[in-house]
Amino acid sequence: MSTGTTKLDVVVSDVVPVNDLVTRFHFRRRDGELLPTFSGGAHVVVEMRDGERTRLNPYSLMGSPLDTREYTISVRRDDVGRGGSLFMHRSVKPGLEMVISYPVNLFSLDLRAKKHLMLAGGIGITPFMAQTAQLAGEGGNFELHYTCRTASLGTYADVLRERYDRRVRLYHDDRDERIDLDRLLSTQPLGTHLYVCGPAGMINWVRDRAAALGWPLEAVHFEHFAAPQPGLPFDVTLAVSGKTIRVGSQQSLLEAIEAAGVDPPYLCRGGVCGQCETNVVSYDGKFVHNDHWLSEEDHRSGCKIMPCVSRFEGKSLVLER
Amino acid sequence: MGISFRKETFRDDFTFRNSPEHIRRFPFPFHEDAYMYAVNIEPHVVGPKGSVLENLIDVDEHYVAEMQDRALVLAEDPLRCQSLPHMTLAGWDLLELLMEQQALGYPEHFTLTRDGDRWRWINRPLGIDDTFTFGDTSTLPYGPMEYIIRQSQGDFCILDQRDGNLWMDAGMVTTQADWSLDFDIGMNFFEWHAPVPLAHEKGIFTRALKFLTNIQQGKPARRLNWTMTINPRLDTSPENYHKWGPDRATVTPENVGDKVHLRVELQSFWRLPRSNGIVFPIRCYLIKMDELVTQPKWARRLHRVIRDLPEELATYKGLTRYRPTLVEWLSKLDDGSPTSPGFGPD
Repeated sequence: MSTGTTKLDVVVSDVVPVNDLVTRFHFRRRDGELLPTFSGGAHVVVEMRDGERTRLNPYSLMGSPLDTREYTISVRRDDVGRGGSLFMHRSVKPGLEMVISYPVNLFSLDLRAKKHLMLAGGIGITPFMAQTAQLAGEGGNFELHYTCRTASLGTYADVLRERYDRRVRLYHDDRDERIDLDRLLSTQPLGTHLYVCGPAGMINWVRDRAAALGWPLEAVHFEHFAAPQPGLPFDVTLAVSGKTIRVGSQQSLLEAIEAAGVDPPYLCRGGVCGQCETNVVSYDGKFVHNDHWLSEEDHRSGCKIMPCVSRFEGKSLVLER
Repeated sequence: MGISFRKETFRDDFTFRNSPEHIRRFPFPFHEDAYMYAVNIEPHVVGPKGSVLENLIDVDEHYVAEMQDRALVLAEDPLRCQSLPHMTLAGWDLLELLMEQQALGYPEHFTLTRDGDRWRWINRPLGIDDTFTFGDTSTLPYGPMEYIIRQSQGDFCILDQRDGNLWMDAGMVTTQADWSLDFDIGMNFFEWHAPVPLAHEKGIFTRALKFLTNIQQGKPARRLNWTMTINPRLDTSPENYHKWGPDRATVTPENVGDKVHLRVELQSFWRLPRSNGIVFPIRCYLIKMDELVTQPKWARRLHRVIRDLPEELATYKGLTRYRPTLVEWLSKLDDGSPTSPGFGPD
């Protein structure tokens, strides 16, 4: 797994329950040195050794980029997911030695912005924790709108209000509070950049309204929290390495390729960065494309697949790997 | 021990020379007897001792003289150094990178001491000993980018990454081969490469951009590029074309060995941590033909490369006027025997 990023040997220095669903993990370098500096919006890929399986999940860094004595991530427990978040919640304890990647930023601030307007939904708050810390340190102009199901699930809402006061607005679903999005988007000063991170539905809603209201595409930034979806098991032949492998229902195609000893490149493991793009040699069946990287034309062509999130249903699939 | 820095000039009387050790460490860019574009990017990792890759940021015997020449260029034309307002953070990233790398590679010449945000930088070759607050521009005599590039060999372009593209939004460019930061500032990757012939058709720039936007922190990359320059001028800018352009008409069979220089750029690419920008150092190495042909393999191979270069490339690189004279001169040093693989001298 050397083709993604450079690795860091870390030790879990603290595990802190935040609320019913979210737990925060703190990492320090095993050699006691400072961790690499990073920029707000960056993630690390955490390697989880779960028995025979190695899971690799990306999590946003949420500490201040100005302090690299430790990294912090927050993990929302997903009881029906593929098990990565459950592993983090159940098995990761202080003192555990782990391996994480160098920071990678696919959700960078546009530093030209006159103002940064941030919209977070649920656990999508985590990249904004670092971005607001970075901007606050530089006297940056930002405003954060944060929607969560209930006050008790408003992860770090109290911290953010304490730090930034009225620059943070909270919306609680159980109180029927909803962002007045059209009004918000229509009243921003020229030069504002918009950032959204949260569930897919929220991202689509914000992007659609921004486009309808005439926002330039370049001023709208988003990060999907897309974990690979489970599905039916399927078989794949890897033409270059000459292997035939089975992708389990709870396993991603990328994970199955890695488990077979092939070392494909990756960065996001969420279908957005384009690094793991793979050519399809032949197929008989139907692709389940879950990525945001390939164009619709690519999807229709049957020539390419993003193994980090996409699946296949059918008789045979041969990939150039 | 340390480097013994040469006293020399890159203008007027042109006293620039390479010592014999520096001739052997010259980054000769041709690994075979022909040249065509390729993306030719590889990981920027430390190479053999005694080579220009011994450290990731190379400091050599020309350091002091190059910094003096750079100060002259900047005094005449301050637009060689520009940074758009959103690039200040990237400037601090670069300052940290260059101070760290120079202090790491050459502890006898450079020392960096940090106490939180309070940093002390000692540059012995240039007689500098400054204490400043990291992140506070008012504590340095120049902006962070200008401050450190005035103390580092090579040109530097700092690229902002957004919208799936790279934008040349800051840099200091005083030792360039006929291009201009003042012209390119604010352009994206495809815009600033627009004048390059042939490579667009091959899809090289699309692939190169994809590679560069995926450069990761802690994993720099590099490539070599080359051209030729008459007289050892570092500053061959469009702004000063009237000074160096006419030189190309002065090459004669008698002075080829002294006047014609191979100019090699070691380009590297680094992800910057705080700004998420990419810095692109372009380190220029010059060697005159008389020095280069002391290595027989390089003499033979350069003859074949220049002789067979496609016309468009020769024109783009500005060689047309003196190419026949150069090829004729080099042909006398080519006995037709095979050249060994790889870049290094035999």
